[in-house]
Amino acid sequence: MDFNYTEEQLALQDTLRRFISRDYGFEHRRALVKSDDGFDRDAWATYAELGILALPFPEDFGGLNGNAVDSMLVMEMLGRGLTLEPYLSSVILCGGLIRDAASTAQKENYLPSIAEGKHMLALAHFEAGGRYETGHVNSTALRNSDGWALTGRKAVVLGAASAQTLLVSARTGDGISLFLVDAQSVGISLRAYPTQDGARAAEIELNQVQIGPETQIGETGEALPIIERALDYANAALCAEAVGIMSALNEITLEYLKTRKQFGTPIGKFQALQHRMADMVIATEQARSMAILAAVRVDSADAAERRRAVAAAKAYVTQSARLVGQQAVQMHGGMGVVDELNVGHYFIRLTMIGLTFGDADYHLGRFSDTLLAA
Amino acid sequence: MDLDFTTEQLAFRAEVRRFLDEKLPRDISRRVLEGKRLAKDDFVSWQRILNAQHWGASGWPVAFGGTGWSPVQQHIFDEECADAGAPMQLPFGLKMVAPVIMAFGNQAQQQYFLPRIIDGTDWWCQGYSEPGSGSDLASLKTRATRDGDHYIVSGQKTWNTLGQFADWIFCLVRTSTEGRQQEGISFLLIDMKTPGITVRPIIMLDGEHEINEVWFEDVRVPVENLIGEENKGWTYAKFLLGHERTGIAGVGRAKRELKKLKEIARQEMSGARPLIEDHRFRDRIAQVELELMALEITNLRVISAEGEKKRAPGPEASILKIKGSEIQQMLTELQMQALGHYALPYLHEALDDTWQADAGMAHYPVHLASLSGHYFNYRKTTIYGGSNEIQKNIISQMILGL
Repeated sequence: MDFNYTEEQLALQDTLRRFISRDYGFEHRRALVKSDDGFDRDAWATYAELGILALPFPEDFGGLNGNAVDSMLVMEMLGRGLTLEPYLSSVILCGGLIRDAASTAQKENYLPSIAEGKHMLALAHFEAGGRYETGHVNSTALRNSDGWALTGRKAVVLGAASAQTLLVSARTGDGISLFLVDAQSVGISLRAYPTQDGARAAEIELNQVQIGPETQIGETGEALPIIERALDYANAALCAEAVGIMSALNEITLEYLKTRKQFGTPIGKFQALQHRMADMVIATEQARSMAILAAVRVDSADAAERRRAVAAAKAYVTQSARLVGQQAVQMHGGMGVVDELNVGHYFIRLTMIGLTFGDADYHLGRFSDTLLAA
Repeated sequence: MDLDFTTEQLAFRAEVRRFLDEKLPRDISRRVLEGKRLAKDDFVSWQRILNAQHWGASGWPVAFGGTGWSPVQQHIFDEECADAGAPMQLPFGLKMVAPVIMAFGNQAQQQYFLPRIIDGTDWWCQGYSEPGSGSDLASLKTRATRDGDHYIVSGQKTWNTLGQFADWIFCLVRTSTEGRQQEGISFLLIDMKTPGITVRPIIMLDGEHEINEVWFEDVRVPVENLIGEENKGWTYAKFLLGHERTGIAGVGRAKRELKKLKEIARQEMSGARPLIEDHRFRDRIAQVELELMALEITNLRVISAEGEKKRAPGPEASILKIKGSEIQQMLTELQMQALGHYALPYLHEALDDTWQADAGMAHYPVHLASLSGHYFNYRKTTIYGGSNEIQKNIISQMILGL
């Protein structure tokens, strides 16, 4: 039983905190949102220097052998910074999937270049009409003499436009298979757009995209557990990001309560607001406990335990994030709903986290169904 | 970051479990697990069994006869006791007055009172609240006037838990009306057999006699029963409330009650299907379980920090009190709701574990007879020990500086 970060972890946290306060201010972010890429390539290079792009990977593949608690710490800081780089989609989700499920040759191909900041990936898995159901895949992969031909449409692929490689899921008979696809391949069309939180995503159409047999990850028809594991890992990371944002919002809101005056007194003297602030602090501490649970259990070899912990954490953190985000906006009054203040943007990001890879109802349902088994 | 218990802690858990399996009387644990009424003797005999094992006071230092266990060990002990159906060790002696006597009492008080608490000789109750002083405790009016080597105490205390069994009461009394109201309060230990004390029952919503009013009419209390200094009682009272809150998270008992809720939901039928297959009800169980999972880790975070820094629990204990009490209430509500129609019958006699259902009540779940009463009774948890609104004041003021 130990709830402390190690010296090394604390040092990394401190480094990231300093980077964000020095180089990633809110005005800088506002400019990035309007830029073509929608994120900061220089920051990405800095992430490579700091080692956080290498953190979750084994040393044999250019990584730093970090665990999910290390990733939690990083995500918490990136959340506080309201950063826009596709760290979650490229490093945590796709990098994590390759680490856990790809062949040695594939790992050698991708992990070192992800770690060095040279390569980005995106997971093209979900499709319209399936909401969060992981098994809802209508895209097809047809085997031919040169490998496979992929056809179908993928929805809201996070970080797609900046990715050189897409991880594409497709139906192969009864099962689902997964492929590493060059984003420039003939037959791929990409309609990119910004997301509510200023990040980037795209709709992707695959039309007879021809790929070689070496692009397949894992066995034919066996990709669903691989994808679900990677999504669990991403959801654990999202919980940590949300906790980072909630902590930041609490600090900002508390400061506002102490400085904003109405009726001749700081508004933090009003009990109606004091108790809401207390509710936000309680929700954040409880959410932090669940983010810790998710981070510690997501590395578990026991798939049922991993799923149960992550579903519980994502449901709970999302509920807490909703309370904290909404109350932070409310207590800032009109300033809470304007574009020029960071509070509203934290709120938007928190809300989008809750809608990414399963909302609170979806995850509560997953968790609830485990009660039938026992 | 590690959520697993150490090998030593797991061995300790096994040791506690073995002890409970051997020494906890089955009739007592059955009453606890089925929510039946407990007699005074159930509490006292369990305290004697624990004391024989030298486990009578899990939270006390060794110097006073306690176990000297770390906060994590105490937590493990509490969890195992709750799960096995041990009666709760009442906090009034062990967790409330004893820490005050240790911290602020003199040697004679320590030598007299502490051994009698740990071996179950003395049953303690609390004399804090008054009819006009609830959340605003410092406004209390019970007077103690010095008369030679005695105080003469007059006034009225209320919300006194199980004082009908008590040998002693610890009281906050007013010894001065000068200055701020907090500055005129003293902490007195009073023998319940002293002439002039009257205990009157207050019946709770479950029909049970759990609490009392206690009246004091010119009660003579020897001056040597004053704790610490006169007019410093508020400091001791705040110290005590800090200790009281740590146990209130009640994670062990909540886990036991969640388990019971799931069992009920599996047994209760809704037509052809067990209730747990109704996803609306199941999701509500799941929601409480999420709350409890989060609280369990938050509690362990606070406990671990205490263990490392060797300090008394701070204002973050308010978070544990708020969430713990809310969870206990959600659990009692769902347990009641799980009974459906059979939540309605009021069979007060069924709380006596010797009661047998007659033939006319053949379908009535006797072992679940307590559930509706528990729901009504447990509305107290967000009110007592500093209401949850007072806890939020503490968080805003002491943690957040508002």
